[in-house]
Amino acid sequence: MYVSTKWLNDYVNIEGIKPEELAEKITRSGIEVDSIIDRSQGMTNVVVGYVKECVKHPEADKLNICQVDVGEETTQIICGAANIAAGQKVIVARVGAVLPGDFKIKKAKLRGEESNGMICSLQELAIEGKLVPKAYAEGIYVLPETAIPGENALPLLGLDDQVLEFDLTPNRSDALSMLGVAYEVGAILSQGIALPKIAYKESTEKAQDLLKLRIDAMKDNPMYVAKVVKNVKIGESPLWLQNRLMAAGVRPHNNVVDITNYVLMEYGQPLHAFDYDRLGTGEIIVRLAEEGEKITTLDDVERTLNAHQLVITNGKEPVAIAGVMGGLNSEVHEGTTTVVIESAYFAPASIRRTSKEVGLRSDASTRFEKGVDPERVIAAAERAAQLISEIAGGEVLAGSVMIDELDKTPERIIVSPDYINNRLGMKISLEEMLSILERLQISTEAVNGQLVIDAPTRRQDLRIKEDIIEEIARMYGYDEIPMTLPVSESIPGGLSPYQAKRRIVRGFLEGAGLVQALTYSLTSKEQAQAFALETAPVTELLMPMSEDRSILRQSLIPHLLEAATYNVARRTDSVALYETGSVFLGEEEDGLPLEVEHVAAVITGKWVDHAWQAETKTVDFFVLKGIVEGMMDSLGLAGGLSFEQTTIEGMHPGRTANIVHNGERIGLIGQIHPTEQKKRDLKNTYAMEMNLKKVLSIETDVLLYVPVPRFPSISRDIALVVASETSAGTLENVIRSAGGKLLKNVKLFDLYEGDNVEDGKKSLAFSLTYADPERTLTDEEVVKAHEKVLNALTTEAGALLRG
Amino acid sequence: MEQQLKELKERALAKIKEASNLKDLNEVRVAYLGKKGPITDLLKGMGKLPAEERPQMGALVNVIRETVTEVLEERLAKLEEKAINEQLAKEAIDVTLPGRPARTGNHHPLTRVVEEIEDFFISMGYEVAEGPEVEKDYYNFEALNLPKGHPARDMQDSFYISEDILLRTHTSPVQARTMEAKGGAPIKIICPGKVYRRDNDDATHSHQFTQIEGLVIGEDIRMSDLKGTLSLFAKKMFGTEREIRLRPSFFPFTEPSVEMDISCFKCGGDGCNVCKKTGWIEILGAGMVHPNVLKMAGYDPAVVSGFAFGMGPERIAMLKYGVEDIRHFYTNDVRFVSQFHRTEA
Repeated sequence: MYVSTKWLNDYVNIEGIKPEELAEKITRSGIEVDSIIDRSQGMTNVVVGYVKECVKHPEADKLNICQVDVGEETTQIICGAANIAAGQKVIVARVGAVLPGDFKIKKAKLRGEESNGMICSLQELAIEGKLVPKAYAEGIYVLPETAIPGENALPLLGLDDQVLEFDLTPNRSDALSMLGVAYEVGAILSQGIALPKIAYKESTEKAQDLLKLRIDAMKDNPMYVAKVVKNVKIGESPLWLQNRLMAAGVRPHNNVVDITNYVLMEYGQPLHAFDYDRLGTGEIIVRLAEEGEKITTLDDVERTLNAHQLVITNGKEPVAIAGVMGGLNSEVHEGTTTVVIESAYFAPASIRRTSKEVGLRSDASTRFEKGVDPERVIAAAERAAQLISEIAGGEVLAGSVMIDELDKTPERIIVSPDYINNRLGMKISLEEMLSILERLQISTEAVNGQLVIDAPTRRQDLRIKEDIIEEIARMYGYDEIPMTLPVSESIPGGLSPYQAKRRIVRGFLEGAGLVQALTYSLTSKEQAQAFALETAPVTELLMPMSEDRSILRQSLIPHLLEAATYNVARRTDSVALYETGSVFLGEEEDGLPLEVEHVAAVITGKWVDHAWQAETKTVDFFVLKGIVEGMMDSLGLAGGLSFEQTTIEGMHPGRTANIVHNGERIGLIGQIHPTEQKKRDLKNTYAMEMNLKKVLSIETDVLLYVPVPRFPSISRDIALVVASETSAGTLENVIRSAGGKLLKNVKLFDLYEGDNVEDGKKSLAFSLTYADPERTLTDEEVVKAHEKVLNALTTEAGALLRG
Repeated sequence: MEQQLKELKERALAKIKEASNLKDLNEVRVAYLGKKGPITDLLKGMGKLPAEERPQMGALVNVIRETVTEVLEERLAKLEEKAINEQLAKEAIDVTLPGRPARTGNHHPLTRVVEEIEDFFISMGYEVAEGPEVEKDYYNFEALNLPKGHPARDMQDSFYISEDILLRTHTSPVQARTMEAKGGAPIKIICPGKVYRRDNDDATHSHQFTQIEGLVIGEDIRMSDLKGTLSLFAKKMFGTEREIRLRPSFFPFTEPSVEMDISCFKCGGDGCNVCKKTGWIEILGAGMVHPNVLKMAGYDPAVVSGFAFGMGPERIAMLKYGVEDIRHFYTNDVRFVSQFHRTEA
């Protein structure tokens, strides 16, 4: 909403208040003023000129040499506009003028002819092209004959004005009109407001004699008023009216249409003007459209209607889509002499739906869909009749044609001052409250210490006690509210164990060198289930914006790989990312998918990069495995963790494992399949994904200190040769189970395959640590235990012991 | 004899002085103090002296031996120190060579902001509540005073899965769920999470973004409590000098509704490009919980009241760290994310 301060001053006295100051006051008390537009743009030396003479430039077809009376002198100006002619009053930017965009007007010579200034179009005065009346859209603007040469053109064009741009919240549709704004500003400034005085002569002929009205859809259209004005002369609107419309962001057309738009802006009540003769039937019937019925609207577009859309008809065919846009067939035109002015109340939901379906949002529909003030429906029609009779020389027929079943009872709200003060944490007196409500012109009575309020119909946002609290608080000033803290029974705050553990996981992974990524939950069909730990029916959007974001993911890995590719493509060769986030699986009983939080990581490139000391290491399976092990250990879940070789689509068949905890699969880890890597422009990339929800839900033992050993431990190394396919994990299990309780630790310290080892075999070396917390072990005890281990390795694992 | 001894001493001391390294010095020690050295010889030859001269001569030889030993020890210490210094000099390294990088990752900037906010409210006795990202229309809209047909719940603006299920458009459904679950008990929660809106991704819009909301419900919760809480929050998050101001606004689930500005942390309120010359920066929306919302969750608005507030970690991160494009948060460019590894202040 654009609010011209010059226009606003008609209703409330804002003389002498700086626009910035006014804007700040309005913003602080309820409506955000987004910007202040200075329409003068600092222009000077822009005056009225009279074109005394206009001849073609001898040297240039498109230029005219004009002798222009600019008040104090007559001077020569070259003008290239096609619509320039002698006898016109025009806008002249004199030499020395500065036009918007820092455009300085200087003396010039055009093809040998002197030019002392410029004859201006409205666009050159910073009026948007789409607001300039069509007749002048391609050329200079022509002023009324009454303009006096030499006079400052800015006030004449209403450009000595500051316009406030309101950013209205949806509840404040009352401020979609100049009168609504006037009430608000009047309340802020503690002033009454001056409403327009409506007075016009009516002819003896009655509107009812010319026009019949019927409504077949009372629910969607409970009130319809029509006035008829005869002998109208269609023409250009007076300058003041055009100026105000342009300031409000509306393009002037002709006097009748301009008046309906003016009243729309003034009262917030959309009006429509029909050409009575074009209507043809002397009848208006409001009804729901027939399915597939067609209408060509004012914008020259043929539209097909749905059965629930409300239309205005002449009894035969639609002449307007109610509240949205008029029809071309009944449009007011140059030759119109009798007009029908429509003012109505259309049900907000109906208009909202139609306007969306038709894809048309107009100044009218935005107001109807919020609900117009029922008390202004008649007033606006009368205001329009008055202006048409004043401006377009019309003869207003007596009375109106009207059907009115609209409930206009104001909403009654009863609230006690204590309730208001308790909710605000303030102590505002009853008298102060009454005074604020009076300033807002909200009719209030104090009855037995209660405020009894009849909310004005223009304020549809006032319905409950809390609305009144807001009115009082915002007018009293939010700055006046003290600062306190809630006094309530104290609840111990904090993270849940799950949330706390999630932070531990993040902390561990970051400490281990992974950077946290945040990727999108929505993905493509192809990626939705790729690498998924678990798949289930997917959750698909009804109306995706693109194929790439149409389905909720079931794995975090694809988007992490995309992030890796993105970074590698930008020469960050080493990437280590992790993410925690939900995957979405199937459908639960309540209709929602099961949301499971996962943690995933992707690593590629170098893991250690310290070249000058010859320390570099590319990532491999064991880097990522070590991180998983460390993460589980930090959660107290290292015991029971194992990795079991597996195959997963998209992953290297020989380098992929399930992550298992106490027999339950909790994740997967491995190298991305070389083909898949290539497809993604990646090399040597490893990924893991775990069901974080499951991991964090595993109960862990209480952390208890284990005494630091007081007695020395004894180490024994074993070197052995086994078949290549025997896994280190199997050997370790054999050692552990044979070693008994004295065996405290087993560590693989060498692995070799190649020369000196038979084909199909490999050599491994373990270091075993024996200890007893209670005493120093004897040699015999260690030998006994170790013998058992060696025997088990030979018999159970077929190992050949070396040296 | 005495003269001889004196000369011997002088000679020995001169040799010690001459010795410039540990090896030479050792030779001197062997030569003068060793078993075959002159001093030992002198002591051995003592028997040949007349008995009355022996004590005097013995004492003299001992003094010489002690003196020589003492000087030699001194010299030895010096030479040892010299040798160590020479060794250390050889071991010198170029300290300007690059260190072995300690590999670490870090929080995503949004997690950083969210955790900072969480931690502040936890310190004020709040719990962290979370809820599903795919939500029922009821919790996302209806329970929040956005009945069916309300303009704010346009199909065009939300990602619907079916008529009644959609990707949540804000974290407020977590509030609705918590209220319902608490069955009338007081509440102090903060709800962070991902939310989704049907927007085209550009510099200021993202179809997925994060929100963090707070809710306090109890008897006699006042708007002044909201203001006090937000003021402390603003000071914690943006600096102790921050002032706040509330402006009337509108949200369907609160009444009255406000927007909170903080005094600009860059210019302190004088006006700069961050605050667009106003001195104030809009940070969050808040208000007193709408009675309809309380009623729908089973609270009696005549007895119980509450406040709620909500903000966008993206916006806060953009303001705090000067990030100009919201897409940076979702591109996962390591060169961007890794900048948020260090502590501030």
